[in-house]
Amino acid sequence: MKMLVCVSKTPETTTKIQLTADKTDLDKGGVQYIMNPYDEWYALVRALELKEAGGGSVTILNVGPADNDSVIRKGLAIGADDAIRVNSEGGGSLYIAKQIAAQAEGYDIVFFGKETIDYNGSEVGAMVAELLGVAYVGEASHLEMNGNVATITRDIEGGVEVVEVSTPLAISAAKGMAEQRIPNMRGIMMAKRKPLNVVEPVDAPSTTEVASYELPPAKSAVKLIDPENMDELVRLLHEEAKVI
Amino acid sequence: MVLVFAEATNGKFKKAAHEVVTYGAKTAAALGSDCVALTLGNVEDAGDLGRFGATKVYNVSAPELAGFDSGVFTAAIAGAAQQLGAKVIVLSHNSTGKNLTGRLAARLDAGSAPGVKAVPVVDGGKFTVRKAVFSGKAFADVEILTDTKVVSLVGNSIPVEESGSAVGVESLTVELPAPKVKVLSTKRAEGTTPLPEAELVVSGGRGLKGPENWGVINDLADALGATTACSRPVADSDWRPHHEHVGQTGVAIHPNLYIAAGISGAIQHLAGVNSSKTIVVINKDPEAPFFKAADYGVVGDLFEVLPRLTEAVKKFKSA
Ligand SMILES: Cc1cc2nc3c(=O)[nH]c(=O)nc-3n(C[C@H](O)[C@H](O)[C@H](O)COP(=O)(O)OP(=O)(O)OC[C@H]3O[C@@H](n4cnc5c(N)ncnc54)[C@H](O)[C@@H]3O)c2cc1C
Ligand SMILES: Nc1ncnc2c1ncn2[C@@H]1O[C@H](COP(=O)(O)O)[C@@H](O)[C@H]1O
Repeated sequence: MKMLVCVSKTPETTTKIQLTADKTDLDKGGVQYIMNPYDEWYALVRALELKEAGGGSVTILNVGPADNDSVIRKGLAIGADDAIRVNSEGGGSLYIAKQIAAQAEGYDIVFFGKETIDYNGSEVGAMVAELLGVAYVGEASHLEMNGNVATITRDIEGGVEVVEVSTPLAISAAKGMAEQRIPNMRGIMMAKRKPLNVVEPVDAPSTTEVASYELPPAKSAVKLIDPENMDELVRLLHEEAKVI
Repeated sequence: MVLVFAEATNGKFKKAAHEVVTYGAKTAAALGSDCVALTLGNVEDAGDLGRFGATKVYNVSAPELAGFDSGVFTAAIAGAAQQLGAKVIVLSHNSTGKNLTGRLAARLDAGSAPGVKAVPVVDGGKFTVRKAVFSGKAFADVEILTDTKVVSLVGNSIPVEESGSAVGVESLTVELPAPKVKVLSTKRAEGTTPLPEAELVVSGGRGLKGPENWGVINDLADALGATTACSRPVADSDWRPHHEHVGQTGVAIHPNLYIAAGISGAIQHLAGVNSSKTIVVINKDPEAPFFKAADYGVVGDLFEVLPRLTEAVKKFKSA
């Protein structure tokens, strides 16, 4: 099975978000970047497991600038065979999806993460599926293959749904799909020699633009309640916060 | 025209459907146009959506819509939008919506804003919507540049408002592709409100020491009519099911009230809960970082505080 795993680069999860003075961008000073956790822990690892069980290949795809090569190399160190980077500064979700779709023909499964933890879009995977005209199952927590038929469990509000679908398909991975893998020394050495092909983007317009960012208002100081007096807490929740 | 996809579960609307119609009506008002609602499949009392501001309700029913296939649903919504000439399409940012927003945007070559929290600001030719980014650590004001626009609304981010009365329902015929996805089974927890939709949430962390101690969490949740949640290590240790895990790598929630007991308040946990309107933290360590993000704090042993709080809630409810 030929598998493609789309990975993005995001600020590390403990990053304290600060903005530039004109509020049009994240203040990138001191920010550490990682591979988006859903892409790395769940999508990539499940693809590798399927390859180990049934053969085939796992290719990593990123749309981004040369800075992203370190994140791509990490994916190769975890075990992907090769990688493609579409050389671009990005231009919104639909722009990225069109770049991915231009590379994604001929794969049996295209994997995504459930969302990027910076933009929180949950939309690029669905866009690519529509552009390719294939089935899409979002927020999948289990995936089993039987020949070219996938059985997938997907998270829905307050429950789960089990579906069956034939390849080619696109899927977005949520918690449950696989367990995080830490690259070992051998993987890191081998990754240096694996092919990372850089290709130029196709033409596509930007459809959205972030006009500005804003930080949430600072929380006022916590009101401490006497642990013996829970009637007082209930009164405040009712009368002051008006939530019960 | 603004077209709102109002999802029904087993033929009935939930609060999310009333929220998106309210949102669609307000968006239409900002644009000086009309809001209509679209329902798919068999829906009871679809015209009731008029109460929340839809001037008309359309329905597409076809055997292809029996199970959820994002490709078929996308074709239905896009087809309806094109027939009706709708320029703004509104969905819920729930699991169904997350399978559809991107597909619809790609199909209509439209700009999209997934996960918006406020009604768009329409200024001259500009259409700008606010969405949470960095897992709730910041907001982005996103301008949608295309003529056709797709937005999805986060649950519990605007109040439901009644502004009209029931309206007529008209059937539409849209050409649909054969489904590629076959639904084998659908399981939903009965009785409790799912976490992404919950208004009240009671959550437990490693401070509970083990799954056998969850009674104190469940009792408070029962007394409040709240949904239960947990921190990631709790789900990772299988003390609780993984769908209860909230935070950066779990479910992001937006309740009116979040009560956290025995949770330290790590930044990745806060990322999923910081859009709660009111946060109550119960922790025996006065230095726990969660107190900095809390509205109300109780420094004490949760095994004493939670039962006391449950009693106080029961007393309040029966008063
Ligand atoms: C990339 C990444 C992603 C992550 N994503 C998430 C996520 O989505 N969600 C998440 O929750 N975590 C996430 N984490 C883990 C996070 O960093 C913390 O480790 C985790 O949230 C801690 O869980 P906890 O607060 O239950 O446990 P602890 O940090 O162990 O805290 C337990 C708390 O209970 C208190 N306590 C103990 N006994 C009592 C008592 N009797 N009465 C009252 N209080 C008591 C203690 O004082 C302590 O504050 C992530 C971590 C990483 C690296
Ligand atoms: N620049 C990118 N390059 C490759 N894949 C991406 C990129 N951005 C997003 N993706 C993929 O799309 C998924 C969903 O992204 P989003 O819609 O932004 O939440 C991510 O988890 C990745 O799998």
